[in-house]
Amino acid sequence: MNALSLSEVTVDLGPRRILERINLVVTPGSFTCLLGPSGCGKTTLLRAIAGFTPLSSGDIRLGERSITELPPEKRHTAMVFQSYALWPHMNVGDNLAYPLKLRGIPKDERTQRVATMLERLALGGFEHRSVTQLSGGQRQRIALGRALIIDPPLLLLDEPLSNLDASIRRSLRGELRQLQKSLGLTTVMVTHDQEEALQMADQIVLMREGHIVQVAPPASLYQQPADLEAARFLGVDNTVACSPQDPSALAGAKTLGFRTREARVDVAPSVNALVRRGQVTECVYTGDGYQIGVTANDQTLFATARTPVEAGRFVTLQVPESALIPFGPDHRYMPSLNAQEHTA
Amino acid sequence: MTPSRLLTPLGLGLLLGLIAFIVFGPLLNLALWAFAEQWFYPHTLPTVWGFDFWARVFRPRAGAWSSLTNTLIVALSAVALSMALAVPAGYALARLPLPGRHAIMLLFLLPQAFPNLPIFVNIAAIFHQLGLTGTLIGVVLVHALPGLVYAVWIATAAFAAADRNLEEAARNLGATPLRTFVDVTLPQALPGLLAAAIFVFLDSVDEFTGTFFVGAPEITTLPLLMFNASMGGNYQVAAITSLILLIPSIGFMLVIERFLKADVLSRIGR
Repeated sequence: MNALSLSEVTVDLGPRRILERINLVVTPGSFTCLLGPSGCGKTTLLRAIAGFTPLSSGDIRLGERSITELPPEKRHTAMVFQSYALWPHMNVGDNLAYPLKLRGIPKDERTQRVATMLERLALGGFEHRSVTQLSGGQRQRIALGRALIIDPPLLLLDEPLSNLDASIRRSLRGELRQLQKSLGLTTVMVTHDQEEALQMADQIVLMREGHIVQVAPPASLYQQPADLEAARFLGVDNTVACSPQDPSALAGAKTLGFRTREARVDVAPSVNALVRRGQVTECVYTGDGYQIGVTANDQTLFATARTPVEAGRFVTLQVPESALIPFGPDHRYMPSLNAQEHTA
Repeated sequence: MTPSRLLTPLGLGLLLGLIAFIVFGPLLNLALWAFAEQWFYPHTLPTVWGFDFWARVFRPRAGAWSSLTNTLIVALSAVALSMALAVPAGYALARLPLPGRHAIMLLFLLPQAFPNLPIFVNIAAIFHQLGLTGTLIGVVLVHALPGLVYAVWIATAAFAAADRNLEEAARNLGATPLRTFVDVTLPQALPGLLAAAIFVFLDSVDEFTGTFFVGAPEITTLPLLMFNASMGGNYQVAAITSLILLIPSIGFMLVIERFLKADVLSRIGR
């Protein structure tokens, strides 16, 4: 049985179609990321699941039960908002206890469960603090705790980490993932950060302009993006037109994509690699090396080098075959011969 | 130091002093009159000081107590009436997709746009036919009219400033729409609603024209008492009455400063 299934979910906002026939299945206990650029409809999809956006057509099922017609309060999904949405007129303890109060749980048990939750969030004894006094990371945890305290069948996260500092964000990613795993919580998270999605998700749903482009586990999404545009969103920042001597050319690839950090200008030539000769136009220090801009055939490509390369020099840019992502004439991903052998 | 540099703080000080005199001068005069028992022309200050007139004003038969009670009853009822209308109206105007929202907001401003004397004269004529002149209900209605303008506009701003995500979080975690309104929306909008209520209260306490046409002579409020006293040349009674009227205004200033936050003010009229 699926924890959550969407079938033909369509959402219109006035004359504009926001989501077009979305089909998606989420397995129990899994972590799904809705990934895409802003305006792709990922937040709308999450809000539709929570019940804040009415569907024009389609069906949403939680387990076997259809929740399409239910108001938000009857869906039992728990959502963590991007702004955390903690109630400023209640203290930390009251914020956490409110969902329990709504469920008619007696005061003693509420106090008990709030204390347990705060311990689990490493915020023990914070009951009487005002939520306005908390730091961003602490607020985020309280918002998460408020959602978790009702043992929801489905946890919805709307860019929960985007308002935090980079360092806190990184540590919270791990914490959140661990908590999710230990509780076996079915989770759907919205993010525009591909790194976050790749690190946290079991399954990534890549969205664009109200459609689902690709549903895949992180590794296959990263290595085999559905099309050129998806690849660009996933950090494939170089594309070249395929020429006859390039690898994969035989298979019929028209375009080859690769990531800057896979391309080198300072390695010995090898067979079965993409090779382009060009002139260095820029050299930028990036911390763990140098990013080199190379102009080859009137096109700027980017590569990495361990040592700086002065502008104006001619270099040979090389990308190993394994790092090349082939695309067909329709700009869609084209499985290479090697990959087909692997899967066979 | 150049003379111009010296002049600047001096000029600024003089300017501030002048403004302070313009603002506080009349109030000081009021305070002097309230405690003066004898003050004749050539003297700069009263010759005899005392609380004699205070005792006289608050004598049972002098009418100060009854006008004070009337003022309070009318003001509190006007607050209750306008808030009872302004809370649902403000919520609807701020939150629901109402067609012609701006037209409705402007409609609430109309009573303020016309000179109020003709309006009150006409209201008095209508109320006379309905038998409402000279009654407390009539005076409350006439006070709620201008009060409603402030109340609806400020309540709309207060509800518009309340964060919708907070309501959605409550709905999401199991609260019904009504429960969400009571537990989350209302506390969010409370400072603004409180300010609106105080606005209506103050407006009512100071109201003269409407009371004069609809209530007098049966219903006397403090402003009417003050008017009568100063018309009769009794400056002490007028000064004491206006000092009493000053109390809610100062209280209001403090509350406004404490509760009406910039994010609410910035949404008034939107």
